[in-house]
Amino acid sequence: MNDNNDLLVMRNITKRFPGVVALSNVTFQLQQGEIHGIVGENGAGKSTLIKVLTGAESLESGEIFLSGKGIAPKSPHHAQLLGISTVYQEVNLCPHLSVAENIFIGRQPMKNGRIDWKEINKRSEEALARLNIKVDVTSTLDEYSVAIQQMVAISRALDTSARVLILDEPTSSLDKHEASNLFAVMRKLKSEGIGIVFITHFLDQIYKVTDRVTILRNGECVGTFDTSSLPRGQLVAKMIGRELQDFQSWVDAKKAKSETDTDNSVAKTFYCGKQLGRKGTIDPIDISIAKGEVMGLAGLLGSGRTETARLIFGVDKADSGKSYIEDKEVTINSPQDSIRLGMGFCPENRKSESIIADLTVRENIILGLQAKKGLRHSIPRRVQEDIANRFIDLLNISTPGCEQLVRNLSGGNQQKVVIARWLATEPALLILDEPTRGIDVGAKAEIQTIIVNLAKEGMAVLFISSELEEMVRCCERVAVYRDKRTIGELGKGEISEQGIMHTISGGHGEFAIGANEL
Amino acid sequence: MKPVLKRGITSHQVFWPLIGLALLLLFNFIFTKDFFLLEMKEGHLYGSLIDILNRASVLMLLTIGMTLVIASGGIDISVGSIMAIASSTIAVLLSGKMVDINGAQQFVSNIPLGTALLLTLGFALLLGLWNGLLVSYFGLQAIVATLILLVAGRGIAQLITSGNVITVYHERFFYIGGGFLFGFPVSIFIVGAVFLLTMLFIKKTPFGLFLETVGINRVAGRFSGLNVPLITLICYSISGLCAGMAGILMTSEVRSADPNTMGYFIELDAILAFAIAGNSMAGGKFSLGASMVGALIIQTIRTTIYSRGVAPEIMLVVNAIIVIIICSLQSERVKTAIGKVQFKQGRA
Repeated sequence: MNDNNDLLVMRNITKRFPGVVALSNVTFQLQQGEIHGIVGENGAGKSTLIKVLTGAESLESGEIFLSGKGIAPKSPHHAQLLGISTVYQEVNLCPHLSVAENIFIGRQPMKNGRIDWKEINKRSEEALARLNIKVDVTSTLDEYSVAIQQMVAISRALDTSARVLILDEPTSSLDKHEASNLFAVMRKLKSEGIGIVFITHFLDQIYKVTDRVTILRNGECVGTFDTSSLPRGQLVAKMIGRELQDFQSWVDAKKAKSETDTDNSVAKTFYCGKQLGRKGTIDPIDISIAKGEVMGLAGLLGSGRTETARLIFGVDKADSGKSYIEDKEVTINSPQDSIRLGMGFCPENRKSESIIADLTVRENIILGLQAKKGLRHSIPRRVQEDIANRFIDLLNISTPGCEQLVRNLSGGNQQKVVIARWLATEPALLILDEPTRGIDVGAKAEIQTIIVNLAKEGMAVLFISSELEEMVRCCERVAVYRDKRTIGELGKGEISEQGIMHTISGGHGEFAIGANEL
Repeated sequence: MKPVLKRGITSHQVFWPLIGLALLLLFNFIFTKDFFLLEMKEGHLYGSLIDILNRASVLMLLTIGMTLVIASGGIDISVGSIMAIASSTIAVLLSGKMVDINGAQQFVSNIPLGTALLLTLGFALLLGLWNGLLVSYFGLQAIVATLILLVAGRGIAQLITSGNVITVYHERFFYIGGGFLFGFPVSIFIVGAVFLLTMLFIKKTPFGLFLETVGINRVAGRFSGLNVPLITLICYSISGLCAGMAGILMTSEVRSADPNTMGYFIELDAILAFAIAGNSMAGGKFSLGASMVGALIIQTIRTTIYSRGVAPEIMLVVNAIIVIIICSLQSERVKTAIGKVQFKQGRA
């Protein structure tokens, strides 16, 4: 590629953190009017590359050129002045300010020493119109969906001077329709000559929207490829650096499992909820989960999947219905109750609801067990270390040691720590709400394998995911939710992406589901 | 096999506060005459250092409670008022009359000393519980919940003494704040014991883990099965109890209870001691040992300023400047800046 056509060139970028080489000699080129995907497993160096580019991390060695001129961004703000804007995974906006305020906060147009509100509102509308969005810019941001908030974040990033737009996992909280809206906007910006860096874990989306894709692995650049000429299987193989047999083996394992299942079909019900409901959150539902079964809850975001999990686990109190464990009625008013009864729950928001970022891996892992044992039964330090190290090995958690702070681990490994926390309590029922969200293919497959294996060992697993593909792969039964109630249940042999979508849409929708090579 | 995570001495939280304290002592070593002089008089140790420890004891007690409360993500601004209440309570309980025993006039209190102490501590514990209940079960914001007792507490203290300053005559009671054990002031042993017990509670039971979890991410704590309200409640109760002990100690030292001045504004010193030690006001990870050094720093500054004969009108300003210097020492940014300078010098 001729350097002169390149909008942005990062050459021989190296960055070390204590004990880790995060980036080693990585080269990345972005052309004008291009959507360029960056993929890689967690810890591959995607985030570090972006952080170096936006000045959030200092550069150790290597050069960055923007339109042929050498630059050295000192901070995200500085990078933005240079024309490099970023929209982060978690929307960084103020929910209680108006849309217009959010777009112009920090760079308000002034008139006679006062903020020119007319101008702000007018220019906000224009900025959003550029993205084909029409909303009342004077309403507060939290009145709008995450998808709109994302657009607001983008239009905030798209200063007039922006030439490079970095989208870091922008779609992880969007549904299919919203995501395709976003793609339309990306294509429009591309046609305006902006270079877009697109980071995502969804391979479908790489193929849907990117022109080229750069693959990182263990801080090294595997290569840059034209997306259209790179088969998906190869992309995955390059990302994880191993062939797909690994995946095949556990898919086989699962098949073997379902065969043995049919042999002893008298699975014993572990948990049963009858007419469980909570006003305004979820209509009364019946649900039962057997030992050794992976039960799936499918549906769109906000359809009642998570709400069901929270009721079962006692995070929210049910105002109707009864819970039974092994046919005995039980009262569950709090997580403490459900944990004592043998449940575990990995909630959907890793950062805010499950990990304790400033504590060590060991402390995070033993927290659940220690809470179950209570204040008076301290787990000796040696035993704590044994437990932590056992799960670090068992779940293949990549960490320098059990005394590492969890905040320094990658997303997938943090998720494994949370799963370890629950496994340490030896639960009979494990509830997993979006356990694979925002983590890479390799870790995803590992977590799916863990789920299937746990069920094989007799654990009841309640599994919630937005990715139908993995539901199909892991679950033996799937309850489908829509509008805060269950609208159907699919049993063995009926579970397929089409089947679930069909049920969600009430049997009338038509869905083009992408090829499913994994 | 186990990878050792290397931690330099500077990465320990207590390091920087100790440096601050050492600098203060060094200053005194050079400029203050006889600062490090220790004398034995009638079997008791005297000297500026002993004086600092003795005078810091009240603040250290308060800081122990304050550290737990702030670590849990809250704050307790009522400790000064709880001190005043405890002070008034013990003073009233220990009132009595002179009785002729074997021909000698002797003071006898209405209530035995032990009972009076227990009642006072029980009352302080109740006040702490009250704060904890408001915060954890009623969901009030910590600063608002404890503000209630900050204001009302002084009123309660005045009610107890009927608005008077009460003088205490109970001789044995004075031993707590003025007596000596093995040559050292008794107050030092009291603080040491409370500190050790709290450390044991934090390190030898899972309480420390639970407390930091609640301070860092209370939602995740709840999801993991922690009884978050109970943990919060325990912190405020301990803080109340510590304030009670501080009140008793101070009353014993000054031999009277003045509900208007006892522990006035001292909650701010306790918060400062916590912060000066490099602990985060946002809660979470904390070091109780560092907090103790923080309290000692505050007392050392005070003693230094007195012994240097700084004019009273600029005393507070000098105090503020020293606090700013010590706090800046611990700021990550300043630390990195110092690190960079050292690095450059090392290269050159």
